[in-house]
Order: sequence, then structure tokens, then C-alpha cells
Amino acid sequence: MAGAPRLTRDDVAHVAALARLDLTDEELELFTGQLAEVLDHAADIAQLDLTDVPPTAHAMAVTNVLRPDTLTPTLDRDEVLAAAPSVEDHRFRVPRILGEAP
Amino acid sequence: MTAPRSAFDLAAAVRAGETRALDVLGGYLAAIDAGDAEIHAFNLVTADAARDAAMAIDQKVAAGEDPGLLAGVPVALKDNMCTRGVPTTCSSRILDGWHPPYDATVVTRLREAGAIVVGKTNMDEFAMGSSTENSAFGPTRNPNDTSRVPGGSSGGSAAAVAAGFTPVALGSDTGGSIRQPAALCGVVGMKPTYGTVSRYGLVAFASSLDQIGPFATTVADAALVFEVIGGHDPADSTSLDRPAPRVLSVLDEGIQGMTVGVLSEYLDGVDADVVARTRQAAEACAAAGARVEEISVPEVRLGLSAYYLIAPAEASSNLARYDGVRFGLRVDAEDTTAMNTATRSAGFGAEVKRRIMLGTYALSAGYKDAYYDQALRVRTKIIEGFDRAYRRCDVLLGPTAPSTAFSIGAKSSNPMSMYLSDVCTIPSNLAGHPAISIPFGTGDDGLPIGVQLLAPALAENTLLRAAAVIEAAANSMNGRGR
Repeated sequence: MAGAPRLTRDDVAHVAALARLDLTDEELELFTGQLAEVLDHAADIAQLDLTDVPPTAHAMAVTNVLRPDTLTPTLDRDEVLAAAPSVEDHRFRVPRILGEAP
Repeated sequence: MTAPRSAFDLAAAVRAGETRALDVLGGYLAAIDAGDAEIHAFNLVTADAARDAAMAIDQKVAAGEDPGLLAGVPVALKDNMCTRGVPTTCSSRILDGWHPPYDATVVTRLREAGAIVVGKTNMDEFAMGSSTENSAFGPTRNPNDTSRVPGGSSGGSAAAVAAGFTPVALGSDTGGSIRQPAALCGVVGMKPTYGTVSRYGLVAFASSLDQIGPFATTVADAALVFEVIGGHDPADSTSLDRPAPRVLSVLDEGIQGMTVGVLSEYLDGVDADVVARTRQAAEACAAAGARVEEISVPEVRLGLSAYYLIAPAEASSNLARYDGVRFGLRVDAEDTTAMNTATRSAGFGAEVKRRIMLGTYALSAGYKDAYYDQALRVRTKIIEGFDRAYRRCDVLLGPTAPSTAFSIGAKSSNPMSMYLSDVCTIPSNLAGHPAISIPFGTGDDGLPIGVQLLAPALAENTLLRAAAVIEAAANSMNGRGR
């Protein structure tokens, strides 16, 4: 982005929180410099005027892929649950999600 | 290194009952035992399961049944391909202890063709890297010089084939992760057209770019493996609904009358010895009857920047699934959000964290237009540039990597310098096109150099015909003592 402010430590901290990553101060310092360098390199494309060029999200366009509506075996439930860190009553068990009830 | 025997020859001998699959396997397992402590190509060797599979092939042969095109051929799998009941780590702590509940389609197809899976190979964590140093289990070493990297991210598979641990292996290529390590290790590595090989059971990095392909010691072996693993798979919705590839029959057709374009942008910023070998490969194409011309596709210069926005953006989404809930590592905490964060912070290495953050940033409010969307428009420009070149040329030729194998540690503290290793391979992924790296002599330091051929989407036949010509020229050059 032409003239965009350089990536800051606060930007990286914000992005890390969005991505559910907890960074140490040293990591935050290191990553800020490294990511800013990559984004500086990307300035070569951010500056281009490509407003008339359509985006390509996928090189080999394939759309609306459907399969026959027939029953086929799925993964074995017990085998899937055996891979989970914590299970209860055939379900994935996680720590509490909401705050304590008032 | 043991004398390479091609997968072709091995399968023929096993099918004819001249050699037992179990004996073939024994020889390769002995090579792994003797050499892999130093190379560290493998995260896991599944010797017992491999012996059982080899005995089953021998029984089929004895019973007069067809044991398949790859009967008794040992194969190594990059450790991002799911193997039912067998650990699949992506060389990451976050998949610690995970045993997938299903096989990747490529694994099923290899087994059905009689191949013997001998193990899972080391890689850069989640395929993010160009040196196989970003592994939670330590680096892989280049069999040609163990102070050097094997390239990456499929460095373990490349090293396994280069060291003679297996005749063939599978890797995945998102920005060059098959071709670059193939070049640095001195083996053949092919990235097929996007959609020709199923990604079902390939742990996703950047879904619009990832493609599985073979490593081999010969172009014919790479073609053989491609035929076995290729073809439509209803389990992968991006798999192209076309007949299975048939490429072996064209390998000796030559390139008389073809036009080979030497891609001038790929010669910029590349070491002089690599440029010299690329020009020699071009001369070999001319000697084989092709018209050779230099061609410019200026758009490919933008590939690196576009890739390092698109791939991280897709990765940041794909890797959201590692949350400590359904599989792999969990680091406990008082609530689920804190558990997610603690798990991801402990489970991912530095490069994976960098890419996730880069991708999250490129997709975040206020920056998506300038970065991610702009990169997708550049992707269109690159495809247009290639299309223009392919109106004149049948294939394009360039180096695979800017240099021979670099020293372990040389680039690991500077991500941007590492990313530049992929500058000649990335544009093919952005375009979805096939490309192949063929060993072509050595550099000033005596280490292997790979030259790269590129072709339009689904033109694997043309690509492999030209690859066979370059391989023959390399062999006769090596026979003359360079």
C-alpha cells in the first residue's frame, strides 16, 4: 500500500490475538521486524493499479461439485474420538466456554 | 549411496517373479538403517508394516495375481499425508500423538498399485519453509553434503531418494516444495497441474496452491508414479473430473519441432553457475531439434509478493482447525479460548506463527483490499503472462532454484532471504501449471543443479517429453565427466 504506515508492534499484537497466539515480548519484537520486511517487499504489488483486473482465487475453476445422493460409510466414530485430547459421552470435551452463571 | 535402481526395473523384476518384494525392501531398509541417523530424512520408518505389505505382494505374484504397476517398490511419504493409524505430524508439535482415522487418496492408490510404504519423511512444519530446518524434530541433511540443507519443504522425501533410501517418494508443492528440494538434492521432482492429483488426506497449507507430486531418480519413474496417483477423486472437490493421466507412452517422442522458451526473468538474480547450466540445457533442447528462444514474462516478477500474501492468508484459515479440541496437542487452561491460545502458542513453531499472522493481517479489515485482493489480481496477471508465452512456446525453461544447496543455518534467521529461494517456482503454483525439476550437472561447489521446465495446464505430456530430452543430455554430460 503506497505510503502505508509501517507495521507496528501493536498491529502484530492485535493480529496475534485474532489468531489465538500468545507472543512473548521477544517474539513480538522479532516478528514485527520480520513481518514488516515481508510487507515492504509486497509494496511492489500494493502500488500497482489493477482495478480493471479480475481477481483469481483459484487457478483451475471448478464450481458446484455435487456427489450422488447415496449413503456411503463415514469415519468411524470411536476411531475419531480416540484421537481427541478429551472425550465424554462420545463427545469432544472442552473447558468452560461461558463465564460463571450470575 | 547405493546404485540407484529404477522403480520401473524393480517393479518389472518383482512382477516377473525374478526378485522378491521382501528382498527389495530389505535392501532399502538396510540403507535407511545405515544412513538415516545422519541424514534424518524420516520422521518414522514403518518397517514391520512394510514387511507385511511386501510379503503380501510376493504372495500375489506366487498366486499369479496382478500385483500392480509399482509392485514391491518402496515409497516414502511426506509426513503431511494421512496414513490410517500411523502418526502424521507435519513435523509439528501440535499434531503430537495424532493417528489419522483415514488414508489419503494417494496412499490408497500407491498401495493398490503394489507400492510399499516405508515411512513418513521430515518436512518444514506444515510445509512452510525452503530448507526443512523448520521441523519440530530437527533438520534433514543433504545427502550430497551433510553440512547443507536438502531444500524444502519436502526435504525429507528429496533426501530419501537422493540417499538411496527409497527409489521414489511423494512430496507436496505449494510454492516449490517438491521442485526446489529435488534441485538441491539432485533428483527429479514434479509438480503436476493443480487438480490432477487428489488432495484428500493431504494436510492443507494453502488449498488453492497445494499439489502432491513425485520424487524419483529418473523422469520415467516420476511419470510412472504420476500415472498411479493421478486421476479424478470424488473425495476432493477440487479434483479435475478428467481421465487418469497417461504419460509414459510419450516419453521417448522427443521434442523435434517444439518451441522452448528460456524464461529471461528466471535468469535474473540467479548464481552464474546455475545460469550456465540452464543455458546448457537450452542448447541440449536445440540439439534435439527444438526451436529455442528467449522469452520475457515480466509478470512473474510479482509472484513472490503475491504468493507471500495468498499462501499465508489461506494458511491462517486452514490452520484455525488446530485448536486443541478434536486432535493433537492440548494445553489446558481455565476456559476454551485460553486453551485454544495456549495450545497454539505451544504447538506451532516460529515460521508457522509468522505465516498465520501475516495471513491474518492480509485478510484483516482495512488491509484486505490492499494486500489479499491485490495479490489475487496479480495472480490473474501472471496467468495472462504465461498464456502469452504459451502462444509462442510449448514449454518454458529456467533454473529451479537461484543457487545450489546452502549451509544449514545460513538463512534460518532471515525469513525474507529464505522466501527468495522460491522465486523461480512460485509462479507455477499461482497459475496452477505443471512444472518439473531435472538434475543437470553440478555447480562450482560440486553440488547438484536442477533445471526447471514449465508447461501450460494439463500439458504434462509435453512437459515430460522435454524433461526426458534434458535428462538424456544430463546423463551424456555426466558420462563425459561434465
